[in-house]
Amino acid sequence: MGSVGAKEVPVLLDAEGRRIDGRKLDELRPIQIRAGPLPQADGSAFVEWGANKVMAAVYGPREVHPRHLQQSTKAVIQCKYNMAAFSVDERKRPGLDRRSQEISKVIGEAFESVVFAEEFPRTSIDVYIEVLQANAGTRCAGLVAASVALADAGIPMADLLPAVAVGKIGGQIALDLKKEEDNFGEADLPMALVPQSGRLVLLQMEGHMTEPELAQALDLGVVGCRAIYEKMKEALRERYSVAPIAPIAPEAA
Amino acid sequence: MSEEVTAEILHTHILDLAADGRRLDGRGPDEYRPITVEPGFVTTADGSALVRIGETIAVAGIKLELGKPFPDTPNAGVLTTNAELIPLSSPTFEPGPPQPGAIEVSRVVDRAIRAAETVDLAALCVTPGEKSWVCYVDVHMLGHDGNLIDAALLAAVSALSRATVPAKRFGVAEADYPLQVHHVPIECTFVRLGETIVVDPTFDEEHAAQGRLTVATDEAGRVVAMQKGLIGAFSPEDVKATVRRAFVHGERLRGLAAGRSG
Repeated sequence: MGSVGAKEVPVLLDAEGRRIDGRKLDELRPIQIRAGPLPQADGSAFVEWGANKVMAAVYGPREVHPRHLQQSTKAVIQCKYNMAAFSVDERKRPGLDRRSQEISKVIGEAFESVVFAEEFPRTSIDVYIEVLQANAGTRCAGLVAASVALADAGIPMADLLPAVAVGKIGGQIALDLKKEEDNFGEADLPMALVPQSGRLVLLQMEGHMTEPELAQALDLGVVGCRAIYEKMKEALRERYSVAPIAPIAPEAA
Repeated sequence: MSEEVTAEILHTHILDLAADGRRLDGRGPDEYRPITVEPGFVTTADGSALVRIGETIAVAGIKLELGKPFPDTPNAGVLTTNAELIPLSSPTFEPGPPQPGAIEVSRVVDRAIRAAETVDLAALCVTPGEKSWVCYVDVHMLGHDGNLIDAALLAAVSALSRATVPAKRFGVAEADYPLQVHHVPIECTFVRLGETIVVDPTFDEEHAAQGRLTVATDEAGRVVAMQKGLIGAFSPEDVKATVRRAFVHGERLRGLAAGRSG
């Protein structure tokens, strides 16, 4: 974010338009999603995305704590995004900070937009996101993990929620920023897509973009989300597929 | 319970009206409520403004103090923005630690000020690495009838653009001088009511809304911040159309912040 007085700004795009890790502008970092790694939780998922490592767990529908948050017509979705103290270079003071609270709020609202909460009145669906290792894009990685965890918990919802951040580096719109690109880039725009409706349920932006750049970023993000969507479905299929049933031997004539 | 029922009826009514492009208070979908900007409202502050958007009222006060620059930005001053949703402004606010809604307002306003490079932070450095100005932007919401974000940022930039650096009082210069403001970000907030997207939502419209979208633009034609909030969704085409509208409103609101009558 072009911070004032920063020591040195690395070259984010080389002459051939390659990024610092060799990616093209529209290329995602490698992403691996595993559904159901935590047997104690009702649903869980682990996402390794570039150098991010994020675990998500879902509990519920269960009793609402604190009680006064209970709603008579639908389940409440309580989302807690947290970064481990050791997840960043300089130790982060543990506990609730304002950034985490804002991220928890927007992720929770994104899920409330797709979960069929009215099927579980007077209950809570608790979504916990723990960032163990951070390298830019943790809210998107957390959202992806939590979405797979919700599916793993068997919570009915309209769709999975793939998410990705689009940014601007060296004057170009780029998909899925890593840390250096986020720190020294010109803009960051995280988003989450409902693939079936083509609508966005999470959208934030910070930095500088012109109107055409913003339009380009939105379109690139949608393409990125659709690629992530396939990975999410794959992870769930892997978790719940069973070995193909051997064909029954033809009866002896 | 009766309150819940009234709310339910009201929300349905708001959505029914919106389907015909109408609103409870008679405005069109692309119309703000009347806006007034009253600069210099608090004389103890180094800069201040009181902004009304309909019955939503925000007062911003700027205070500058000498402090230490952050170790990673030794050549820059420090700017912090905070918005308080104090209990007197609405029956729905309670005393206590800030709720996620208040934190969101605060952070979205801060993001626009920061990303637009509103204040020249380098000019706030006095001695690199040792002494710099710390600029506090505090916004208090006095009335809450929806659209807190737009009111809070409009108050903040109106106050910043008239603020004074109290250099004489702190003994670092012969005289006080005006704070340098480079860019003026303006946030415009929209909500979805059915398939209609309306600007400047009231409290009741926010509660009936299926998604809220805030777009911050500056006078240089840049989008500097965005925030989608509440339960609901926007298509990329909705977002693009909303950004266009935000540029148009932004220009008018920037004029109001500068003291031109709208």
